[in-house]
Amino acid sequence: MELLPRILDTLLATLSDVLPIAAIIFGFQLLVIRRPIARLRQVLIGFLYVVAGLSLFLIGLEEALFPLGRLMAEQLTAPAFIFGSDTAAALAGTVRWDHYLWVYLFAFAIGFSTTVAEPSLIAVAIKAREVSGGAIGVWGLRSAVALGVAVGIALGTFRIVTGTPLHWYIIVGYIVVILQTLFAPRMIVALAYDSGGVTTSTVTVPLVTALGLGLATTVPGRSPLLDGFGLIAFASLFPIMSVMAYAQLSEWRARRNRG
Amino acid sequence: MSVKRNLLTLLRPLLDSIRDLTPILLVIAFFQLLVLQQPIPNLGGLLFGTFLVALGLALFIRGLEMGLFPIGESMAYAFARKGSLFWLLTFAFALGFGTTVAEPALIAVAGEAAEIAAGAGVILATEEAKGRYADGLRLTVALSVGFAIVVGVLRIIRGWPIQYLIIGGYLGVVVMTAFAPDEIIGIAYDSGGVTTSTITVPLVTALGVGLASSIKGRNPMVDGFGLIAFASLTPMVFVMGYGMLMG
Repeated sequence: MELLPRILDTLLATLSDVLPIAAIIFGFQLLVIRRPIARLRQVLIGFLYVVAGLSLFLIGLEEALFPLGRLMAEQLTAPAFIFGSDTAAALAGTVRWDHYLWVYLFAFAIGFSTTVAEPSLIAVAIKAREVSGGAIGVWGLRSAVALGVAVGIALGTFRIVTGTPLHWYIIVGYIVVILQTLFAPRMIVALAYDSGGVTTSTVTVPLVTALGLGLATTVPGRSPLLDGFGLIAFASLFPIMSVMAYAQLSEWRARRNRG
Repeated sequence: MSVKRNLLTLLRPLLDSIRDLTPILLVIAFFQLLVLQQPIPNLGGLLFGTFLVALGLALFIRGLEMGLFPIGESMAYAFARKGSLFWLLTFAFALGFGTTVAEPALIAVAGEAAEIAAGAGVILATEEAKGRYADGLRLTVALSVGFAIVVGVLRIIRGWPIQYLIIGGYLGVVVMTAFAPDEIIGIAYDSGGVTTSTITVPLVTALGVGLASSIKGRNPMVDGFGLIAFASLTPMVFVMGYGMLMG
């Protein structure tokens, strides 16, 4: 079977990811803190679960979801699908942004659904619920972040199609974030900033990168090297806005109910 | 008995994970069957892979609650009790640097950046020059994440409001964008997203929340989060700086 060597490979890769972290933690614990770790057995089993879990997670993704996701990204961005019967446009090589409506919708849907399954977001959501005493629900935060990523990636594909400069979008995004910060409830600000960084890891990055490179390769006049990037940046910026908007909305609703 | 209970404690998270993955399956089914109008190749493989993903997710979350969260928090308490700022900051730097420097996503991005730099004529198009460029970039990003966690931990201890630091960072990004070579900008913006891996995020979050709850006068909700935000911001500035230095 070819599955077995791949399982071993992934397991080794995950282990080499965890080892430096484990070395730092246990090194500082032994040399600096110099105290035995409380419930050492449980912590070690937890680390084993993390390594085994991440490995299975990655193997499953590589085995099933990524190949199909990449294939669909390729097919959806292929000129044959985009132009369809509109052969005149295909021949002239003219790009109209509205030829790509299905691509934007796919970007939105895949951005939302992969973010919901992102392990690091689940981790932060669990912590946020614990710390806020349940005021910030796991589902509320995860949906807000996923919606932000969905909008961000859809807008990012629109940018690649139209070829507008990346930095204008980012700078305008920053201005919106700063304005929102002025009005958002104080307790959400740090968590909102954090949610930009947690969205883009194991599940989202490979699929989104495939989509960006596929688009930049097939849209006439775009280069995969220069235009293929930037989707991750969108996916990290927009959740900040959506999480603050979510907090503002819940605060506004609570105030209206009271009044 | 205890084996049975162990299995039961995994069953709930497994069901949760399956529910978490259903949207992806729905999106795939909708686009493949209705939009592209093609059959799903290897349906059995897809379902088996999804089951592995769900099982992995459930195990990972169980492992978080048993291992990563408690150790992150207990170290935060221990450092706060010890009262040595020097060792706490050293730990913060080591955690940021050490978890980033070997991050596979970063290695991939650094390689792509070297290709682009070679294409733009910034460096020679030899394997050696590209390798050196990629290694330098990787080290730069790892240093920037180490620096970010140090600043973030200092912020928690001192109780500085996060928005001023983040807005300052945004200004840094905007100013650097004006001066950095065009070909590095896309990579720099993306590099902020790839630095925070699935294992780093829970640990760093537990550390921040643990510190904020063990220091008097800090609120874990207001002050505990934000370490990841710094770790995703500084690489953008540092990578553009690297591009300017090399260009």
